[in-house]
Order: sequence, then C-alpha cells, then structure tokens
Amino acid sequence: MSLDADDVAKIAHLARLEISQDNVAEYARNLSSILDLVEQMSAVSTEGVEPMAHPLSLAQRLRPDVVTETDQRDAFQHNGPQVEAGLYLVPKVIE
Amino acid sequence: MEWEVVIGLEIHAQLATQSKIFSAASTAYGAEPNTQACAVDLGLPGVLPVLNEQAVVMASRFGLAIGAQVAPRSVFARKNYFYPDLPKGYQISQFELPIVGQGSIEIELEDGSSKTIGITRAHLEEDAGKSLHEDFHDMTGVDLNRAGTPLLEIVSEPDMRSPAEAVAYMKKIHSLVRYIEICDGNMQEGSFRCDANVSIRPKGQEEFGTRAELKNINSFRFVEKAIQYEIERQIDVLEGGGEVVQETRLYDSAKNETRSMRSKEEANDYRYFPDPDLLPLEVDAAFLEEVRKTLPELPDEKKHRFMKEYGLSAYDAGVLTASRELAAYYEDAASAGGDQPKLVANWVSGELAALLNKNNLDITESPVSAAMLGGLVKRIADETISGKIAKTVFEAMWNGEGDADAIIESKGLKQITDTGAIEKVIDDIIAANPAQVEQLLAGKDKLMGFFVGQVMKATQGKANPGQVNSLLREKLKQK
Repeated sequence: MSLDADDVAKIAHLARLEISQDNVAEYARNLSSILDLVEQMSAVSTEGVEPMAHPLSLAQRLRPDVVTETDQRDAFQHNGPQVEAGLYLVPKVIE
Repeated sequence: MEWEVVIGLEIHAQLATQSKIFSAASTAYGAEPNTQACAVDLGLPGVLPVLNEQAVVMASRFGLAIGAQVAPRSVFARKNYFYPDLPKGYQISQFELPIVGQGSIEIELEDGSSKTIGITRAHLEEDAGKSLHEDFHDMTGVDLNRAGTPLLEIVSEPDMRSPAEAVAYMKKIHSLVRYIEICDGNMQEGSFRCDANVSIRPKGQEEFGTRAELKNINSFRFVEKAIQYEIERQIDVLEGGGEVVQETRLYDSAKNETRSMRSKEEANDYRYFPDPDLLPLEVDAAFLEEVRKTLPELPDEKKHRFMKEYGLSAYDAGVLTASRELAAYYEDAASAGGDQPKLVANWVSGELAALLNKNNLDITESPVSAAMLGGLVKRIADETISGKIAKTVFEAMWNGEGDADAIIESKGLKQITDTGAIEKVIDDIIAANPAQVEQLLAGKDKLMGFFVGQVMKATQGKANPGQVNSLLREKLKQK
C-alpha cells in the first residue's frame, strides 16, 4: 500500500505536525513501507487466535472509588504559559 | 410524498462516582476552576490511568437493567482529536469491545401503547473539560474540573419514528439511570446529555436516508423541538431536489434551529486504537452476581406489577413508576386508600401532580402525605364526600389544615344523603322557580342542569349529585 503526498499532509494535520515540503516524499516512502510490513503480517493465517488488546496477558486492576487527590492548582498553573481566574488560557477556539 | 423519520439517540450519562474514572480527583460539581484537575486529568507526562471500580459496577448495573450482556472482557481505546479541553489529545473510550452489549427497554406512548426500543451498546469513557469563550481578551479559558469524569454513553438502535418517541425514550433512560442510582440525571449541570441521529426516508422504503447528528440537546423539550426542526429541514432539502449531507449539526435553542458544525475538511477521523496504558477489563460471573443482588425493582418490572396488582393501564402505570419516589408514594397512598387503586392513581397523577408542578415541588416535598391522600380517597369511596367536595378537602390538606377526616368534620363537608333533607331543598327550589319549571316540563330539558346546580348551591355542594338528579326527576314527574 502506498501513500501519496496528500495522505502525508492529512496525517500530519491530524497529528498537528508541521512538516517541510522537502520531506514529504521521504515520509510517504517510509510510512508506505511500514504499511507494507503490516500487509505482510496480514497474510499470516490467524484463525483461532484471539485478537490481542495488550501485550501483557493480565486483566485491569480496579481502584476503590475514593478521592485522594488534593488541590494543587497553583503548582500546576506554574507550568501554564497564561492563566487567569483559575483558568488555563489558550488561543481562541470556537466552532 | 409521505416521509418517515428515523431517529437514534446517543445519551451521555455522567456516572455518580465520588472520584474520576481514571484518577482520584473529586467529581463534585461547581468547584472553583481547575481545583479538581489533578496531574492525570491534565495529561501531564508520565501519568497513568487507573480504572475506578465503581464506574465498572455502575456500567454493569445498567447492563443488567436493560437485559444486556455485560462483556466478560472489554477494552479501552484512544479516540484521537485535538481540542484544548482534552489535554492528552485523546479521549479514553471504548470502541470495538464495549462493556455493555445489546439490550432493550420499553417506552410508553401517549396513546397508551408500549414500544420496545433496542439499545445497541453502552460504553465507558471519560468526559472532557469545559471551554469558556467569553471575557478573556480574545483567548479561550479552559476549566478541566470535568475532565476525567466517568460517562456511560448509551447508544440506541434507530428504532424511534417520531420526536415524541425520542422524548419518551430519553425520559425512560433518564428514569432508569436514577432508579439504579448510577446518575443524578441533573440536566442543568450536564449530567445527562443527548445527541440525536435523524434521517428521513419515503414511507415504505427499507433503507435509511442520510442522517445528520444533532448535538447540544440538553432538555426533553429541546430534543423534541430540535428533531422536529431537523425533519422539516431535511424534507425541504429533499423536496427541493437537494441531498442531505452527513454531518454534525448544532442545535441552537434560542433560535430554534440546527446549523452545520464541522466542515468536511474536519470530518471525524479519530484513529481509534487500544490504549496501551490500560489492560483489558475483565468482569466475571461472581462480580455480576454481586451487582445483580443490589439492583432494585426496575421500572419496567414495577410497571408490569402495577398493571397486574392495581389494575392500572400501561400508560398510568408508566407515569406512576417514572421515579422510585413517585412509585413509593403511590403504593403508600393506595394501601391507605382502601381498595381504590385506580382512584388513588387518578388523584396522584391528576390533582396532586398538577399542584406539585405548579409549586415546583418534588413528590418527596409534597405537603400532602401518601397516608393523607389515601385517607381522602377512602372518604370519596364510602360516599362521605363527593368528588367535587374532595377537591376542597384536598386544597385544605395542601394548606396544612389537617387530614381529610378532620377537615370534613371542622368544615361540615359531610355529604347529605338524607333523602328527606334533599327533598325539602328541592321543593323550595321548585316553588321559587315556577317559570323554569314550566319551560322544563314543556321540553326544555337543558334546564335540568340549572335545577341540579341550584340544589348543589343551596346545600353548598354537599348533596350527592346522582341522588339530587333522581329525586328531582321524580318530583317533576309529579307536577
């Protein structure tokens, strides 16, 4: 399976990655070869094999429903470039 | 052309846990912004989600309540998209293997009939934060307190065929999640939200039309209005020779319209994949059995029991079992009311419901207790008072003047059943209205109402109207 320049641009946009036009061809090649490998794996018969959701064959452990986190807003907001009235501020987004 | 509408709903019910689905931060509503957003909720590097046991219990309760299979193994997946109120860049949800499989519930329609609505699945996921677009000098403010709150997304089959059916279904799910105590159902606070998938097709056509997804519907009334608007819009588009586009549309309740929300370029491409931070969730039979033991009598079970035990119609039984509190009130009133379950039902869903509604009170805040209402019904049944006088007594009970017997006694409202006393009143009225008597005898039968009214007035409503009627006819015959 081969990806073209448009596919690469779309994937980059979905991941919010800025890529240089110069590299598009190489990315397309590299990504395509990954997909080729996947295709190769698809050819293997997996009949009777249960689909795996996680490499460890363990089950999820559950946590009791108890609040143990305390308010650390001030500490966390030191990391934010801009805060106001307890809110994290980001460039305007509106649908 | 005659069109048929096809509706499916996706309901998000916020689970009533103390802590979040993957972190130990509080889920309490209304806290100062970001004071309940911990490192996990903020998606800081290195954090790991740990699943809340109560969220699993609550999802299982729902699964059992709709007769669905609770999956022995379900898997969490990442739903990838970028938005500032989703700090990780993905929402942890379930995709291919949800915790709750196929089930169904019954809805009651206005015409008294019932209909079964299929539920495709229900899955666990985390809520996002909140974006505030005003007042921050052209920036967006983000509050992540809600981020990580557990949600159960309940997906229906496209089984509804009118906005009214969609509302009935939404109300039923709302009632159910409160019955089994997994969601507080508070729609103002966003604990119970709904998206609607709406399409139309020519009546009789098998395949579905292209659907639009309506978002942002936060009340029962808006579900009905949003869907109604959308149906008309789609009919206009199709009859105008156009095509319905598959898209997400936002319902604007102020303008009562839906408008397109996402351009084609931003078409959903969530690239789901299993979340490597979470192992598959396993739920075994012993766990489910424990959960089953804690389930109360469910709304549909209660409804059918009410129909059988009290002889109520499906519709009345549905109304009275809408909440556990209302059903309990009814049962108490019915047992206090003697053998009059239907009469009690009429009073609870009639007079009482109207006054509660008018005063914006919940059934648990009713000034008239179930025992008092039962006592009133008893006095109607044994003909101590008429139905009309009962309304006066009811109002007095509502105003805190005591129970029915005390009010009947102190106000002297006891029905006059003494034939002699009523005859005396009738004689007086006949004597006082010779002209009307003549007209009545000449065939103006409508005047019968006038005479009955006069007698009731003279006895302050305490005469038995049926008795008055028959005595009057007898007296007039003698004329």
